[in-house]
Amino acid sequence: MNDRKLVLPGDFLGEGRSGNNAFMDGNKVYSRSVGLVEEKGGVFFVIPLSGIYSPKRGDGVVGKVQEIIFSKFIIDINSPYEAVLSLSEATDEYIDLTKTDLTQYLNYDDLIFAEIISVSKTKNVQLSMKDRKCRKLRGGRVVNVTPAKVPRIIGKGGSMVEMIKETTNTQIVVGQNGIVWVKGDNEDIAIEAIIEVEKKSHVHGLTDKIKDMVEKRMTAEKRVRTDAEGRPHTSDRKVDAEDNHSPMHEDFNGDDD
Amino acid sequence: MTELELIKNGKRTDGRAFDELRPMEAKVGVLKNADGSAMFRIGNTVAVAGVFGPRKVFPKHQEVSDRAILRVRYNMAPFATSERSRPGISRRSTEISMVIREAIVPSLFLEEFPKTAVDVYIEVLQADASTRCAGLNAASLALADAGIPMRDLVASCSAGKIAGTVVLDIAGKEDTEGELDLPVAFYKKQNMITLLQMDGITNKEEIKEIVKLAIKGCDTVYQEQRSALKRKYMAESAIEV
Repeated sequence: MNDRKLVLPGDFLGEGRSGNNAFMDGNKVYSRSVGLVEEKGGVFFVIPLSGIYSPKRGDGVVGKVQEIIFSKFIIDINSPYEAVLSLSEATDEYIDLTKTDLTQYLNYDDLIFAEIISVSKTKNVQLSMKDRKCRKLRGGRVVNVTPAKVPRIIGKGGSMVEMIKETTNTQIVVGQNGIVWVKGDNEDIAIEAIIEVEKKSHVHGLTDKIKDMVEKRMTAEKRVRTDAEGRPHTSDRKVDAEDNHSPMHEDFNGDDD
Repeated sequence: MTELELIKNGKRTDGRAFDELRPMEAKVGVLKNADGSAMFRIGNTVAVAGVFGPRKVFPKHQEVSDRAILRVRYNMAPFATSERSRPGISRRSTEISMVIREAIVPSLFLEEFPKTAVDVYIEVLQADASTRCAGLNAASLALADAGIPMRDLVASCSAGKIAGTVVLDIAGKEDTEGELDLPVAFYKKQNMITLLQMDGITNKEEIKEIVKLAIKGCDTVYQEQRSALKRKYMAESAIEV
């Protein structure tokens, strides 16, 4: 891993062409936000460290149905611009609009994972659910993170999120717009881990540290559960007593609403 | 007031040299709920700025289809001055909001976020001269913190004339008893002045000298702003993606 250089707005990056978050003055390239600079074949671009989510073509986002208008859904994608999901992009079925109530497909406040297929110059955003990975997200819980930190939550080649999924036995969907959907037996632990990643995103070797944390919480959780089920438990009474005071105890064994 | 009171033995009332700024402090990320925020202190003047957005424009008729609009509100807390000031908008705060807005707009790439609004709220918590400069400095930092694309940070400070001498960063008694106060906002990289106001009477030669001194002060402010931003984001530069 190499540490990339931190640049501030107005910093000179080099001579060449400008990519994302950079601007040109003559043939000189300058940064236009706080971020990390990168260069590829004479093109300088900056990965920003802050900012709201700006929709980009090809991004997978988690959104919420805000409105249903005749043959399309308006989706809130955690951005100043709302996205449009037309019915033809939502399903392959033939639907007779005069006879069907669209809420049977997607209702108000339903969560979906969808792909952005186009963003116009005036920021009209079009979504599609035709891709295999796109679906309606039923149940579960939602965490909001800073969109700039999403790459860290996903990790290198998805390593971070895969690790959390496996160790906590949950389903997790990370939207590029900073909305993370979690569902499973150990939602609490997974959410805790995600918040921890966001907070400590700059720490080296974070995946291993988070793994340690999650595994510890999981073993503690198992012990509390076996106790609650009334099974005899011989080893290490003292530790159990401590665990029972943890706030996690009440949250578990209950159904998610 | 006589000359003796404002300048003694080549020093000013607070012991500063003629071209010396008051001690400064800048901090980025001071408000939890804002998208970007910053505090800027110079001497006894303290300003906090919070940035919200880009977000949807309400009322909708203010929306512009090809760029974001920037809305700035400068407000002085009733307890900021020694005599309590009436809360709420005034002729003075409306004017300052406008000049700060116009000093910042040229630095931003507002066309990047069409149909949205960027709101900047500046609160002056303690006032001891140059509140518009402190507010402007905090606002520029907060905008950078919010990730609004910009050409450069804007730095601002004032210069003026007391007891017949040109000095930098008017404060305290110098403000009320001095002869001239001239706030300036400056973009270092563009070599451009975006705020220039004057309260007092002078001549052509002298004004050149005062502006030159103010620009020198802006440079010092600019360095302080940069190090404040670096302090917050340095840790995150070790990120691996």
